[in-house]
Amino acid sequence: MSTTTHHETTIVANPDLPTIELVREFDAPPAAVFRAHVEPELVKKWLGPRRLEMEIDTWDARTGGEYRYVHRDEQGEYRFYGSFHEVRPGERIVQTFTWEGYPDGVSLDTMTFEDLGNGRTRLRGVSVFDSKEGRDMALSSGMEVGINEGYERLDELLSTEK
Amino acid sequence: MEDRLSRVFAALADPIRRDMVARLAVADATVNELAEPYAVTVQAVSKHLKVLEDAGLVSRSRQAQRRPVHLEAEVFDLMTKWIERYRREAEQRYQRLDAVLAEMADEQQTQTLEEDAS
Repeated sequence: MSTTTHHETTIVANPDLPTIELVREFDAPPAAVFRAHVEPELVKKWLGPRRLEMEIDTWDARTGGEYRYVHRDEQGEYRFYGSFHEVRPGERIVQTFTWEGYPDGVSLDTMTFEDLGNGRTRLRGVSVFDSKEGRDMALSSGMEVGINEGYERLDELLSTEK
Repeated sequence: MEDRLSRVFAALADPIRRDMVARLAVADATVNELAEPYAVTVQAVSKHLKVLEDAGLVSRSRQAQRRPVHLEAEVFDLMTKWIERYRREAEQRYQRLDAVLAEMADEQQTQTLEEDAS
């Protein structure tokens, strides 16, 4: 259960576009939410999945900067990297995102920090993929049923109807 | 890789088709029954049904004379499961960010108090 039921994350996976949009509100001003996105000591406290250890090689969050980090678990390592296209303090971060396990895939992620007043912020993250397949792959990543297995199961389900 | 999920998304992009799915979630229905509330022809509704069928969201009985349309809840669930799981992972991440932000606020308060004291 969530302790912050008053502002749960909402998701929009637009059927017409290869995008994923996440919106979440925080009880902190934009400057603080922004800081937690650019300072590596803060980033590694929350960005990695809970069950994985996150290690940051590079986190140079400024326009033209880059990042690289690794998640580790018993099964192995998952490495991610990208460029910071634009870092506008307290307002907006635009970056690329690639998982090394699928080097042809890259998404463009835009995070905006909207000031809601009273020390609150609405964070909106839009990821644009190069295809709907790429988006679907990202949606199904880290799931017990990955996208390939998912499509296979879907095929099975569909073929039993014929 | 065949793009099933995109086909499901595309099928659900249309408001009439979303409405049809919502109604089929309650009970099976014939094409005529489905067409009733809309200001479109039965032919147009049949076209919408074909899109839903191709996406694997609905099926039509070959046997029964009425050929009622049936919602494939399992296919529908699989897709929404992926999206919900992704959302939940993001929510867990953001709950950790909540904790980081609370820590930051505490630190700042302590700092301000120390500055006031000195």
